[in-house]
Amino acid sequence: MDSEPKKDIEVAPALIAVHPYQCSVAVAVGHHLRVFDLLAGSAVSLTDDSAAVPFHTDNIRAIRFGAKGKLFVSAGDDKTVKVWSTESWSCITSVSSEKRVSAVAISDDGTYVCFADKFGLVWVVDLDPPLRDKKPSPLLSHYCSIITSLEFSPDGRFILSADRDFKIRVTCFPEKPLNGAHQIQSFCLGHTEFVSCLAFVQALECPQGLLLSGSGDSTVRLWNVDSGALLDTCEVAIKAGLVESDGKAEEHDHAVTDLCTVLDGLLVAVAIQSLQGIILLSCNVSAKTLSVAKVVLMAGEAFVPTCLGSSPSTGKLWMVTGVSNLPGCNYPALARVRVISGIDVEQEPVVVGDDNIPGGEKLLETLQGNASVDDNTFLAAAEAVKTAMDHLLIKKQYPSANRESRKKCRNDRKLKG
Amino acid sequence: MSETEVNPTISKSTGLPRKRFYRARAHSNPLSDSHFPVSISPSHVDYSLHYPQLFLSSGQADSSKRIQFADVGCGFGGLLISLSTLFPETLMIGMELRDKVTEYVKERISSLRVANPGQYQNVSVVRTNSMKYIPNYFGKGQLSKMFFLFPDPHFKEKNHRRRVISPFLLDEYAYVLEVGGIIYTITDVEELGDWMKSCLENHPMFEALTEKELEADPVVKLLCSATEEGQKVARNGGQTFQAVFRRIVPSNQTS
Repeated sequence: MDSEPKKDIEVAPALIAVHPYQCSVAVAVGHHLRVFDLLAGSAVSLTDDSAAVPFHTDNIRAIRFGAKGKLFVSAGDDKTVKVWSTESWSCITSVSSEKRVSAVAISDDGTYVCFADKFGLVWVVDLDPPLRDKKPSPLLSHYCSIITSLEFSPDGRFILSADRDFKIRVTCFPEKPLNGAHQIQSFCLGHTEFVSCLAFVQALECPQGLLLSGSGDSTVRLWNVDSGALLDTCEVAIKAGLVESDGKAEEHDHAVTDLCTVLDGLLVAVAIQSLQGIILLSCNVSAKTLSVAKVVLMAGEAFVPTCLGSSPSTGKLWMVTGVSNLPGCNYPALARVRVISGIDVEQEPVVVGDDNIPGGEKLLETLQGNASVDDNTFLAAAEAVKTAMDHLLIKKQYPSANRESRKKCRNDRKLKG
Repeated sequence: MSETEVNPTISKSTGLPRKRFYRARAHSNPLSDSHFPVSISPSHVDYSLHYPQLFLSSGQADSSKRIQFADVGCGFGGLLISLSTLFPETLMIGMELRDKVTEYVKERISSLRVANPGQYQNVSVVRTNSMKYIPNYFGKGQLSKMFFLFPDPHFKEKNHRRRVISPFLLDEYAYVLEVGGIIYTITDVEELGDWMKSCLENHPMFEALTEKELEADPVVKLLCSATEEGQKVARNGGQTFQAVFRRIVPSNQTS
């Protein structure tokens, strides 16, 4: 039997989340959770009565602020979901999951926290009354598929779950979610690779919003969640000039890693593997179309964002790159934070220099950690994140000869001789 | 295939494929990653491939017609063949995970089509993992009947999540079934029979058919008699446990 390619060390990308009113910014890298208070201009020290530092014991995979900004959730490979109050930055609820957690979402009113485990189950926790330890109830399930993203629709009617089997499921969020969500509104089908991220665009003429999804097939698609209809497909990698429209240089080389709506949903920032910068898409809600508005490149620095964040209406996009641990590098928990400001339909967006960043040097110290490393380390980090993502989400393909030999080595066949 | 050519896998007397050339393991792991092509969405299912006489080429002809019956885990296709003549106007499809068994059913259908011109045009089979890809083949409320006949019992508690009837998968079945659509399940394993029944009873979008309705439904009789597994059970004088439920609108929902 051919030896399998050596398994790379599992790494997690650095994550960023911005408070909806830009009161604070959080970065998670590895098991570190770093929060900076932008109003006070100082680092936040988190407190958790029942746990010692670090609060998470393994890679954090998902962080998010609630829509009203009162709650913050962090979860990951240590099978723990922690709900924090953003006023005191103390942990108000800690939930144990049976499996590793891959995505989280908070309902608009802040009553329910949903999280997805690596086996495709979505769980729901009731935060009312806010007890320290809560037992989650199963809400819905994708049959044995890793759920990559969870999102509530802006009107709160639906919970959306995206998975590595190219699927987005739109489920009615019931009045009593603890009994499970049985009514499926639609499936958004059309992606030809794993779906990595979801985001909503809203406009006056369309208050329920349109759904955007990014995928390993290098496209961003626009959907009507009520019917599951595909409205438009934007081949972002081709449009941004990363690949020729006919040339399939490297498959999966330009997977969309994150989506973030900026400026009240008029523009959508897209992070793509291997792109040192971001793509800004504009969404025409009435015509139901997507088009590339701008490509913003990071001049003078190798920076491939692993996660995006923004607070609506500020016109600022926060980006982070980094990785939990990098083989051959002495600095674990690498992270680098950058901001693009002036994102507007007319203006030209500007990449903010480190001295002009909101929160200044203190913020960078808090969120990035102290290690100073050169650009190439961050490129290596982005590459490690990409490899880890491919391993996790892309189905392994075996040539047929290889498959036969694997079959021969099956235990039940060996016994028969 | 020309008639002079001798194909050992086809029986000379009946023209049907011979089962011994299509032996397959009785079980297949539904959790494993699949390496067969999967339809991207229901609109990508090529009806002209499945029902060539009814859909001459894709996008043409009677394009409004959709598949209405799905036999999940159709095995060697006994039920489909019986249903095909009972409901000649309805399109139906069998879904089977095991490659060889699917090949057998394909052969069986095409030989039946040759032997009985004009018949069996409404039946087809697809190799897929229906536990993962049901929504890739059928749209919302598209099906009027779904069949789960003699599914793998998966006795171990650890493997219960591999059962084809489970509380969460019922959500997906409820999605593809029209309101009033019927789900038929039968097994010869009492433990599994109880499991399937309780899953369906506890689901807000299904209600049991009454005795009278079961009597009146011609399909119910086929559950035992038409399938290979059912015949085997009958031969051995075994017991069967069936649960037949209707898709309803949940009581707390108006739409």
